[in-house]
Amino acid sequence: MNAVETRNLTYKYSIGTPFETTAVDDVSIVIEQGEFVGVIGHTGSGKSTFIQHLNGLLKQSSGEVLINERNIRDKNVNIKDIRFEAGLVFQYSEYQLFEETVYKDIAYGPKNMGLSEEEIDKRVRNAAIQMGLDHELLERSPFDLSGGQKRRVALAGVIAMEPKILILDEPAAGLDPSGRDKVLEEISGYHKNSGTTILLVSHSMEDIVKYANKVLVMNRGRLFCYESTDKVFSMSEELQEIGLDIPQITKLSHLLAEKGIDIGSDVYTVERAKERLLRKLKGNTNA
Amino acid sequence: MLKDITLGQYFPGNSVIHRMDSRFKIVLDILYVVILFVADNYVSLAIAGIFIFMAYAVSEIKPVMMLKSLKPLMPLILFTAILNLFFVKGEGEPLVDWWIFHIYMEGISTAVFMIVRIVCLIIGMSLLTYTTSPIVLTDAIERLLSPLKKIRLPVHELAMMMTIALRFIPTLIEETDKIMSAQKARGADLDTGGLMKRAKALIPILIPLFVSAFKRANELAMAMECRCYKGGEGRTKLRQLKAQPFDYMIGLLMLTVLGFVIIDNVVF
Repeated sequence: MNAVETRNLTYKYSIGTPFETTAVDDVSIVIEQGEFVGVIGHTGSGKSTFIQHLNGLLKQSSGEVLINERNIRDKNVNIKDIRFEAGLVFQYSEYQLFEETVYKDIAYGPKNMGLSEEEIDKRVRNAAIQMGLDHELLERSPFDLSGGQKRRVALAGVIAMEPKILILDEPAAGLDPSGRDKVLEEISGYHKNSGTTILLVSHSMEDIVKYANKVLVMNRGRLFCYESTDKVFSMSEELQEIGLDIPQITKLSHLLAEKGIDIGSDVYTVERAKERLLRKLKGNTNA
Repeated sequence: MLKDITLGQYFPGNSVIHRMDSRFKIVLDILYVVILFVADNYVSLAIAGIFIFMAYAVSEIKPVMMLKSLKPLMPLILFTAILNLFFVKGEGEPLVDWWIFHIYMEGISTAVFMIVRIVCLIIGMSLLTYTTSPIVLTDAIERLLSPLKKIRLPVHELAMMMTIALRFIPTLIEETDKIMSAQKARGADLDTGGLMKRAKALIPILIPLFVSAFKRANELAMAMECRCYKGGEGRTKLRQLKAQPFDYMIGLLMLTVLGFVIIDNVVF
C-alpha cells in the first residue's frame, strides 16, 4: 500500500508579490507502507515545507497529496483525521509542552481524537514505554524535565495518537550525543515494533545511514532523488555538488583510496569500514 | 498567516524626509498640528494643506498611502462632519429645514473645514511613521524626553523597553505560528465551537508561548549583563542624531508658516 503519495506537489509563497518563491516545485513521489525514509537536503531546500503538506498544515498551490490512498483535500475527508493518520513532530518539539503533568500532555492528542478514557490511558502508557520514559515521570511537570526527556515526551505525545505515518523534523537536533542516540534508538525501535512508516528529516548523514532504508533528497524545492540508502550514498559526488555532506567514514574511505588503500566506495558505516579494513590487513599479512 | 501582519508602517527610503533628523521630525510634526489648530480660515488651512502635500511629494511615499492612513479613522471624520453639518447654527435662512434637521450655509462650511483639518492632521502624523523606522523613533523620543531625567523619570529604561518590545514582536509571531502548527498536528481545533471552547483551545498555545517568552527574557537579560549593560548612564549611541542645515531650513519654513497663519488670523 502507498502510505504517502504526492502528485506534482507545488507550493509558492507570497503569490502575486515581487517576493514570490517556489518552495516546493513539482514533487511527485510514492512512499510505501512500512518504509523508514530519511529526508535530506540543504537548508532551504524545501524539506520542512514539503513535510508540512503531508498532514495538511500547508495548502499546496497545485498538485495533490494522498495519505493512505486518500486525497487529503477531498470534500469528504476530514483534515483532522489526516492529522491523526500522519503524525508530525516539529523541530524542537519540546516547545509544544503545556500541561501540568507529562501524562496529561501525552494524552492531549488522543483526547482530541475523542477516544475513551481507558483507550487514552492505554495509549499514553504505551507511548511512554516506547519512548523510554519511566513510569514515575508521568506525574511530573514536563517543565521540570531535562532537554532530552522533554523531547521524548513531545514525541510520545504524537506516538500516542498511533499514526500510521510518523513524520519527524530533526528529532535529535540540539541534544547531547547520548540524548541523541537515545531518541533515535527509541524511534527506530518503535518503527520495528509497529511497522509505522517513518519520514525522518535530518542533517546528520550518519543518522540517516544508520536508520533509514530509503533516502529522499531535496534540492532547491525539487525532488533530487528517492532511492535506497546504499544507492543514494554511492552518488557522493552528486550529493556534494548540491551542498550535502556524506558520512565522515565515507570521506575517510575516499581519502584512503587516494593514498592507495582501496576499501571500496560503498563504505557508509563504521562497522563496514572496520570489516573491510580488517579483511584488507589480513589479506596483506597473508600475502 | 500570522506572518502577513505588518508592524508599524515604515517604508524604507532615502528621500530628504527619510534622512531628516528624527528629533526634528517629531518636533516639527507637533508644530504642524499647532499650525492646523491655529489656522481658522481657508487661506491658512490651504497653506497647511499644500505644505503637507509637498512634503509627501518629496518623501517618495506613494500617494495611495495617504488614503490608507485615513481608512481606519474614516468613521471619526464622518462623525465630526455630520455633527458640524447639523448642529452649527448660522445667521439667515437655513438651506434645509425639515423636522429636526436644519442645515445652514455655515454648517456646510464648518463641516468641510473640519474634514480638511482632520485629514491634514492624520496624513501629517502618518508621514512621520512612514519615513522613520520604529527604532529610530524610539531613539529620538529618548533624546527628546531626556530633560525629564532631572525629575527621575527613567527615560532610558522606557526607551530600551520599547526597543526590545519592537525587536521581539516578529520573533514572537513566528513562535506563535510554530506552536499553533505543532498543536494542530496533535489535533487541536482552533476554528470551530463556541466562545468558551475556543478560549480553552488557546491554552495549549498560550502556555508554551509564555514559557518561552519568559525564558527568552531571562536569556536576554543575562546576555545584556554579560556585556556590562547597566542602564543609560554614560552610554553612547551607535546612531548619532545630528541636525543638518536642511532640518533647520524646514524648521524655519514651518515657523514662517506659523507666523503667517497667526498674522492671517489677526488681519482677516
